[in-house]
Amino acid sequence: MLYQKSATELSAMLARGEISAVELTRSVLGRIEETDGKVGAYVTVCAEDALKQAAAVDSRRARGEELPALAGIPVAIKDNICTKGVLTTCSSKMLYNFKPPYNATVIERLNAAGAVMPGKLNMDEFAMGSSCENSAIKLTHNPHDLTRVPGGSSGGSAAAVASGETILALGSDTGGSIRQPSSCCGIVGLKPTYGSVSRYGLIAFASSLDQIGPMARTVGDAALLYNTICGRDERDATSAHHTYPDFTKCMGKGVKGLRIGVPKEYFGLGVTKEVEKAVLEAVDALRAEGAEIREISLPSTDAALAAYYIISSAEASSNLARFDGVKYGYRAREIDGLIDLYEKSRSEGFGDEVKRRIMLGTFVLSSGFFDAYYKRGKVLQQKIASEFAEAFEGCDLIATPTSPFTAFRLGENVDDPLKMYAADICTVTVNIASLPAMSIPCGTGADGMPIGLQLIGPRFSEAALFNAAAHYESLVGGFNKIPAIG
Amino acid sequence: MKKDYEIIIGLEVHAELNTKSKIFCTCKNAFGGEVNANCCPVCTGMPGTLPVLNEQVVYSCIRMGHALGCTIHNICKQDRKNYFYPDLPKAYQISQFDVPLCENGALEVMLDDEGHTKTIGVTRIHIEEDAGKLIHDDNFSGSLVDFNRCGVPLIEIVSEPDMRSSAEAKAYLDTIKSILQYLNISDCKMQEGSIRCDVNVSVRPVGQKEFGTRVEMKNVNSFSAAVRAIDYEAARQIELLEDGGHVVQETRKWNDAIGENMVLRSKEDAQDYRYFPEPDLLTIVVPQEKVDALRAEQPELPNARCKRYMFENKLPRFDANLLVENRDRGDLFDAAAALGAPAKAAANWLNGDVARLLGERGLTLADTKLTAESLAEMIDAIEKKTISNTAGKTVIEEIMFSGKSVSEVISEKGLAQVSDTGALRSVVEEVLSKNEKAVGEYKAGKTNVIGFLVGQCMRATKGKGNPELLRKLLEELIG
Repeated sequence: MLYQKSATELSAMLARGEISAVELTRSVLGRIEETDGKVGAYVTVCAEDALKQAAAVDSRRARGEELPALAGIPVAIKDNICTKGVLTTCSSKMLYNFKPPYNATVIERLNAAGAVMPGKLNMDEFAMGSSCENSAIKLTHNPHDLTRVPGGSSGGSAAAVASGETILALGSDTGGSIRQPSSCCGIVGLKPTYGSVSRYGLIAFASSLDQIGPMARTVGDAALLYNTICGRDERDATSAHHTYPDFTKCMGKGVKGLRIGVPKEYFGLGVTKEVEKAVLEAVDALRAEGAEIREISLPSTDAALAAYYIISSAEASSNLARFDGVKYGYRAREIDGLIDLYEKSRSEGFGDEVKRRIMLGTFVLSSGFFDAYYKRGKVLQQKIASEFAEAFEGCDLIATPTSPFTAFRLGENVDDPLKMYAADICTVTVNIASLPAMSIPCGTGADGMPIGLQLIGPRFSEAALFNAAAHYESLVGGFNKIPAIG
Repeated sequence: MKKDYEIIIGLEVHAELNTKSKIFCTCKNAFGGEVNANCCPVCTGMPGTLPVLNEQVVYSCIRMGHALGCTIHNICKQDRKNYFYPDLPKAYQISQFDVPLCENGALEVMLDDEGHTKTIGVTRIHIEEDAGKLIHDDNFSGSLVDFNRCGVPLIEIVSEPDMRSSAEAKAYLDTIKSILQYLNISDCKMQEGSIRCDVNVSVRPVGQKEFGTRVEMKNVNSFSAAVRAIDYEAARQIELLEDGGHVVQETRKWNDAIGENMVLRSKEDAQDYRYFPEPDLLTIVVPQEKVDALRAEQPELPNARCKRYMFENKLPRFDANLLVENRDRGDLFDAAAALGAPAKAAANWLNGDVARLLGERGLTLADTKLTAESLAEMIDAIEKKTISNTAGKTVIEEIMFSGKSVSEVISEKGLAQVSDTGALRSVVEEVLSKNEKAVGEYKAGKTNVIGFLVGQCMRATKGKGNPELLRKLLEELIG
């Protein structure tokens, strides 16, 4: 079936005229129809528009136009990325009816490349969570075991990619929200260097940490999508002035002499024995290919989670203040004056986790507490970033687990926010330090659930990450395996 | 016994900048226009949008900083000021908190006609964005929001508590306004709200060192309102103290229509704005060369110009002020004076006939063909008695609007002054014969009717008669 193939392969088939974009889109839409009732990855399916986009690509190709590699390839979008005229809910009651009047920069780039959008994907509300259970819209199930979570917050993106309900997807990552669900669902997810992908049109959770990134079933597919979305954008002041290579041509260079650091601190932190074993075996496999493995130390790792929750919640409390019932989205009825409108709309529109973070963030920014929390969080951020910088003097990449454990069962941790927060323990440091990192599958646990290997690099080292990840992928005979659903 | 009190005033002036586009998006920065016409997803704070700083805003603020002698923090940041209000669509205002672009300046203001001045400290100047406006409509029971003003760039100029009377505050505000105009960074249209101020007032018994409790007043929408608001608030505080009460630290709202203020919020209700660095924007870094270049471009400022007119050109303060208030008029004055035109005459023509003719037509100097050369030439013709002062009124109108040269106008209109005694004598004789009553009064000792008779002769000569000669002839013929 077409939906099972990689984007790289499909792109070549489309270019050769062996298949049409409409056929491919129909295949993906058919798969959604077949399995999404069980998986629950999509918030909105845009079947009609997707077929129109596909038909447009086919007619351009029929006219003999040279088309970009992504032309005709289905790319589904996390529901916190603005799509003009298409519901963008952030999986929140607050934005249940919100249709943005504009497209995010990444959407403009995908449109220009001729990508097809099958729909919008479920997530933890406003990207806060690690299981997708904080969605106000629906639950998403892990395609490898429907009783388990897909991870989060980009759980819909990971589940859709893993189940074949899309070929590619965009997620967003503030503390692990691309990598952790990629790990849980056995796919490839890249959190790019901060500033390499425009945030214009990404509904902000924590502005200084958020980054959009590609999610795919193969490393090459992730590179293909990343090629299209990275680059300077005048509309995002934090977008970097940087020249990017063609990442699909950065693979296949081998790992001989590649210095891989293994930080001992990442193997405490509640990491299960089976996860530790799988990750170290993957590292060993790379060693056997000529990589040099070095034990390194990142001493401030255990403080990172605190710094992360202070900084991200502080920014979130401000970013989410605009959802007040006045201009768009949810508005409480039966209100008595302006303050009441604010209080009721926000109390009723936001879920518990979002409210928890808003309160936390409001507290740490309050007069009298700012220095003790926010300022210390920022100091810690500097420290973590400089420890990474120091580590990268002695190694090229760093290997760690992505998630300390495999996907847990739905409902298992919903009443224990701290346990839930611990799922991010290996990933938050990367956002804190503005680094790129990729999660790739490296075996399964006793429960049969995927385990993820996280590769972290210095800023703008995505080419090295793609190369090492693709090398490992070839060692294990490829990643692209869609599980039977149900 | 009633004590003597000293009034302490500090001012926060918000000036809208006249940049072409808004501070964080490409929307037009313009007053008026249809409701919600000049706005976009960015300035209406739509989810996912991001601000991009308009660097002209930074340059305008630095210009003002230079004009007020500030230290320029060419490396600084922007911060979010968080609060909920329907006219603030992001629920935070992007402003500057602990590191403003400009800091520690001073402004010398002139207090009287003798040129006595006082220096008012300027604490800081920072950049920020304006909010929208709530509007009300008869067809709708609630409030509506117009976002056109949202994202209009502002500078906030904060003074030290250095003013001691409403008159000093007025002088400070007038000076700030004239500098903004000279730098051409703000339209300064009070009626459009492009300059607004918050007023801080406290009082203390004369001789007391510590400041009294401060009250902040909002909604002061004109400079004259500032004077009324300060006088009212100072009187209110003094009365409170005289009655044995005490002043409460609070924010009050001035109502200019009824000339009173009322409590807006008390200190306990003071908002915690939870300022923190704006993560969507980069650190502002202005190269030192740019800071220096902006200083080098600075024009002569109004205060310095006014002093120069008063002390070098010996103009009265009234005349000097008129030239200073209208920068283009002052520039033309300087150019004419440089060509040798006497200062008082040049000032009189510019502030008198020229200003009147412009006012009647609703024009500015730039709309006319008047040049420093033609003005100087015309004044010279009057000084040399080639034409009379009366004929000058015709000449100035012609050279302003027709673009003809002074000599062309004089010859075409036959304005050359008649100094031929023979020709004028017959005119004088005729005027005398028609004005026997005035002649009688003159003879009876009321010699000032001579002015009237000269005027009659000027009229008879269509302004061409040499008035001094006419006076002489009149005196001779009557006597």
